[in-house]
Amino acid sequence: MIVESTPVTVRRVMGTESEFGISQPGRPHANPMRDSARVVDAYAAPLGLKSAQAFWDFASESPLADARGFLMSEAHADLTQLTHLPEMQPDAQYLANVVLPNGARYYVDHAHPEYSSPEVMTPREAIVWDRAGDRIAEASVRALSGTREPVSLYKNNTDSKGASYGTHENYIVSRETDFDDIAAGLLPFFATRQVLCGAGRVGIGRSAEAAGYQISSRADFFEEQVGLETTLRRPIVNTRDEPHADAHRWRRLHVIIGDATLAEPAMLVKMGTTSLVLGLIESGRCPRLELADPVAALQTVSHDLTLSARLPLADGGSLTALEIQRLYLDAAREAAGESPDADTAEVLAEWERFLTGLETDPMSLAADIDWVAKLALLEGFRARGLDWDDPKLHLIDVQYSDVRREKGLFHKLESAGRIRRLTSDAEVDAAVERAPESTRAHVRGGAARRFPTQVAAASWDSVVLERGDGRLVRIPLRSPHVLTREAVGDIVDAAATADEFADRLAELAGRGD
Amino acid sequence: MSGSGQTSKDRSERPDLPEDEGPLAPQAQTQVETSAVDSILDDIDAVLESNAEEFVRNFVQKGGQ
Repeated sequence: MIVESTPVTVRRVMGTESEFGISQPGRPHANPMRDSARVVDAYAAPLGLKSAQAFWDFASESPLADARGFLMSEAHADLTQLTHLPEMQPDAQYLANVVLPNGARYYVDHAHPEYSSPEVMTPREAIVWDRAGDRIAEASVRALSGTREPVSLYKNNTDSKGASYGTHENYIVSRETDFDDIAAGLLPFFATRQVLCGAGRVGIGRSAEAAGYQISSRADFFEEQVGLETTLRRPIVNTRDEPHADAHRWRRLHVIIGDATLAEPAMLVKMGTTSLVLGLIESGRCPRLELADPVAALQTVSHDLTLSARLPLADGGSLTALEIQRLYLDAAREAAGESPDADTAEVLAEWERFLTGLETDPMSLAADIDWVAKLALLEGFRARGLDWDDPKLHLIDVQYSDVRREKGLFHKLESAGRIRRLTSDAEVDAAVERAPESTRAHVRGGAARRFPTQVAAASWDSVVLERGDGRLVRIPLRSPHVLTREAVGDIVDAAATADEFADRLAELAGRGD
Repeated sequence: MSGSGQTSKDRSERPDLPEDEGPLAPQAQTQVETSAVDSILDDIDAVLESNAEEFVRNFVQKGGQ
């Protein structure tokens, strides 16, 4: 039970999901589902990880069909098979789907490759393993660059021709908290959070019907306050409830309102402030305010580069986005107590710095927030005589998010020291190879890293290994908090064989959590 | 800063408010920051895809989540 005296903290189980924009240079009619499968397989196959080409066969012959989250197939995992798939194959067969050594899931979701990060415990860890996903996407692009059909990937959210695809966040929330309270507490926060972490976008309207620039890449695609859908009539607060954990104790809040964040300071603030606001809601200390029309407010804020628009409240008053954010910051600072942990203190300080900067001179945050960094770049080109509807500015908007370090404009700005970096290359490279130790991802990723050919199936909450005698051993991962490095000791790295790995971890897991 | 990218003409249209007077207004600060970025614009220009119009036209995605 979370009581009012418990300090709020940014620490909780969290994770991110990136759906990448995908295209073949010069070939707009290339099949994006096939290319997405090629992207996943190009990365997974050389690691010895089995792709999901035989997914359906395996499921139909196996008692593991309920593990349908993501299964790795037995056979035919060579690179050639997927990279040379016939163009006319039914889309349903493009099902590349793997668990990576870092505990992430890399798969085809609709018409995009998606990286779902492993579960982590802090915003800093979230940045590291999200960024590892960007590196994995970049490695996929490189692996396909020598083929006859090279593919480009973009960490963005729209083609500005009407299509949008998501960058999602997940947070574990106490089941004791009423969902209506979660929705009420989050709506004003989510309608205004974009000023801290929007990706920026050239064009106003879903198909960029009007020329100009806006703060959020996703705002124009949202229509509802609360709902289950993620692709139609998108809601600010999504009600999908697959906890991938003990459903009596936890819910997984699936956040679909966010933009694809590249700047690390903005991502720290995005994940950290959201976790703190959830802590405020869980402990009954959330500011009580209600926007008259949250969806309209979301779009008003996104379209208002002066950050001065007044948002009508249900009770008749009005507040600006920055004033609303201040109310949440004040409440979080109060609830974090006298001596917050280091991760929480950092987020509170950055939240304050961002709001002060946005209140005085937004351009002072060009090294911290994507929408500001991108705007500064675009204003530079506008000063050279380009209008907002110039194709070159639209190109800059898209190419900002190219995952290749030598092509992506974000990467160029960051490596030139114009965007602040919180992680190091060494940290990110390590997170490509290894899972976080703070959650069950340690075991999931460890299985894929140490014994890739013996992993018969895996999902968020289980791993199935095939022993030497052909017997399948299931390691349940019922909660994200179990089977961490601390809980399992050195088993993941010390087990000499897959049999030992499976038997010892299954026994530990069987002792309950 | 300007709303939705539409440049405010207030200053130049109001004779009682000369452009070179008063403390640094947000608009002027924006200019300072932009000039700081200016030195990298050529580097950016060098890596931009060559045919912007064609690139933008061809960047077509299917919807996702």
